[in-house]
Amino acid sequence: MQFKHKDIIGLQDLTKEEIQLLLDTAENMREINDREIKKVPTLRGKTVVNLFFEASTRTRTSFEIAAKRLSADTVNITASSSSVTKGETLSDTARNILAMKPDIIVMRHAVSGSHHYLAQRVSCSVINAGDGAHEHPSQGLLDMLTMRQKFGRLDGLKVAIVGDITHSRVARSNIFGLTRMGSQIFLAGPPTMMPPGIERLGNVTVCKDMREAVEGADVVMMLRIQLERQGKTLLPTLREYSRYYGLNPAVLKLARPGAMVMHPGPINRGVELSSYVADGDQSWILQQVENGVLVRMAMLYHVSGGELATE
Amino acid sequence: MNLLIKGGRVIDPSQNIDDLLDILIVDGKIADLGKNLKAPAGAETVDAAGCLVTPGLIDMHVHLRDPGLEYKEDIVTGTRAAAAGGFTSVCCMPNTKPVNDNKAVTSYIINKAKAEGLVNVFPIGAITQGSKGESLAEMGDMKEAGCVAVSDDGRPVVNAELMRRALEYAKGMGIMVITHSEELSLVGEGVMNEGFTSTELGLKGIPWAAEDVAVARDVYLAELTDSPLHIAHISTTGSVRIIRNAKARGVKVTCETAPHYFSLTDDAVRGYDTNAKMNPPLRIAEDVAAIKAGLADGTIDAIATDHAPHHLDEKDVEFNAALNGIIGLETSLPLSLQLVADGELDFKVLVEKMTCNPSKILGLDRGTLKKGAVADVTVIDPEADWKVEAEKLEAKSKNSPFIGWSMKGGAKYTIVGGKVVYKRG
Repeated sequence: MQFKHKDIIGLQDLTKEEIQLLLDTAENMREINDREIKKVPTLRGKTVVNLFFEASTRTRTSFEIAAKRLSADTVNITASSSSVTKGETLSDTARNILAMKPDIIVMRHAVSGSHHYLAQRVSCSVINAGDGAHEHPSQGLLDMLTMRQKFGRLDGLKVAIVGDITHSRVARSNIFGLTRMGSQIFLAGPPTMMPPGIERLGNVTVCKDMREAVEGADVVMMLRIQLERQGKTLLPTLREYSRYYGLNPAVLKLARPGAMVMHPGPINRGVELSSYVADGDQSWILQQVENGVLVRMAMLYHVSGGELATE
Repeated sequence: MNLLIKGGRVIDPSQNIDDLLDILIVDGKIADLGKNLKAPAGAETVDAAGCLVTPGLIDMHVHLRDPGLEYKEDIVTGTRAAAAGGFTSVCCMPNTKPVNDNKAVTSYIINKAKAEGLVNVFPIGAITQGSKGESLAEMGDMKEAGCVAVSDDGRPVVNAELMRRALEYAKGMGIMVITHSEELSLVGEGVMNEGFTSTELGLKGIPWAAEDVAVARDVYLAELTDSPLHIAHISTTGSVRIIRNAKARGVKVTCETAPHYFSLTDDAVRGYDTNAKMNPPLRIAEDVAAIKAGLADGTIDAIATDHAPHHLDEKDVEFNAALNGIIGLETSLPLSLQLVADGELDFKVLVEKMTCNPSKILGLDRGTLKKGAVADVTVIDPEADWKVEAEKLEAKSKNSPFIGWSMKGGAKYTIVGGKVVYKRG
């Protein structure tokens, strides 16, 4: 099967088969990551530009490692060192980068829809590393790869997502992806952080409280609470948030035995996640990070026109 | 030049006329209205067979961007767009650079429009100095200089006490207050209507209540002060309901909506189209239905475009960075005629909302074909098929979500003071 998209903007745009293909390829990449010499020549001579308009350590590093393991040349441009501060428009920045003939631009941008905008204006591939509160497809894919690693399937799972849904691109990508694959999503969070109509976005149930969402769940995904995003009006204190929407061992007991605990990171210990849970044996958080490199290798590989990887 | 407009269906709600009549224009005034009029020697004949002949259309809410923002639009290009859209009069909002908050700016606009404009330009002055919402502007002076209303359009008068005083003071000066009713704290960083579409696109939403809360406040202040008030560009179910109730209990409130609020929903934002970004934002299907119902039952008095030109550089950017507003002068008439085609309104009611109602609200001596009136006339071909193409629009800026749309109906002749300023084709 050939992956037909030039860009990967969101999981909403992908079919079940395409998601399956990306995950299968990612799984095939696992063996490369376990080698002593972690490098294959697949993308030799290709240039990948990581264009980050928002701070990110994990995602940028993960994309960079992914590209390097496939032998691509990588360049990192971050907002602080870019022309943005000189008042250049996104369109001009993109055109200038394009003039240097990159093959793939991996971009993170604070404005939802920036990747649609960019992809319409450049001939190279665009991979979305997060746009505003819209999508974060590589995160959605790595979450699904991790779930599949444990359960061997992605259909019929009950996935609880807890936290600030309104501002979460992670939640949206998981809703689109998991719905496509046949799982059910249960959301919980303060109503100040629950966007209208979210239940129509996929196979989604909005729960009245966290316990209802977690009860019987196969996966409990906690979102990072970001005070800089949430501002002053959405919640009174982190202390109270933690009491009602934090995952501790007692709440986790409501989930299915052996349920997975996931978090896109970086975690706020003692806020949305107690350390007992974050470091407990049900935590898959570091596995998610490891899988992140694999799905990003798969994304880079497929937008470059590759078929199923079999190295 | 004298004119005889022959064979058209004359619709003049100001005289309750809907009949096949000829109109004779002599020396820029309506000289006669009747069957089988003869053209006097030297008069030119305008063939209006198959057309509607109405009082010249009035758009009571446009932004001509002149002075100061001529890179977006100016009085020449803006009035040319108006003429092409069938408008013989436009009222221009004061958010220019400098703000039209004093008679010097008012006079500049009037003089330039007289010298270079194609249609009548009636300026609207600011409610507050610099439209900053801090202290009242010199409304008496501006009225004398030619302003027909005051408005801080683009932003609300945040301070309720100042709004109250503005209504009282304007009443004393005999000038209408037009409010841009918006509760900014509820808008926050919102960039589109809050609802399913904003959730899906991950864009920050503006709830309907941001409009309704402010409309309600302004209606109560009009009631308190027993002052006339006109509410600009209403877009929500709640605004229609609040204004309907207010009118029923005798509050002197009028309002307008814009063609995009009855032609589009927030679905138009999909694909992050910055030409679907305006304030108030496009709403949902239920609101569109409520706006149409409000037009039909008379709650909404006028259709005005909120013609808001912006340069390509201000729209060809990420969605959040794009400026609010779209142009509307050249698409308003066909979009409004669609309401008649769809059976929502009849011609008389539609023409009312684009002629005599805005004229009455602002106290203009226009919007009528009575004998002796200034001969502002629009001849409308309701069957004209055409496509909206950016390069063919007269407006200087091309920020329209309707580019590429097929339209039915448009002005065939636009006649200002007896002079043909636009002829189709």
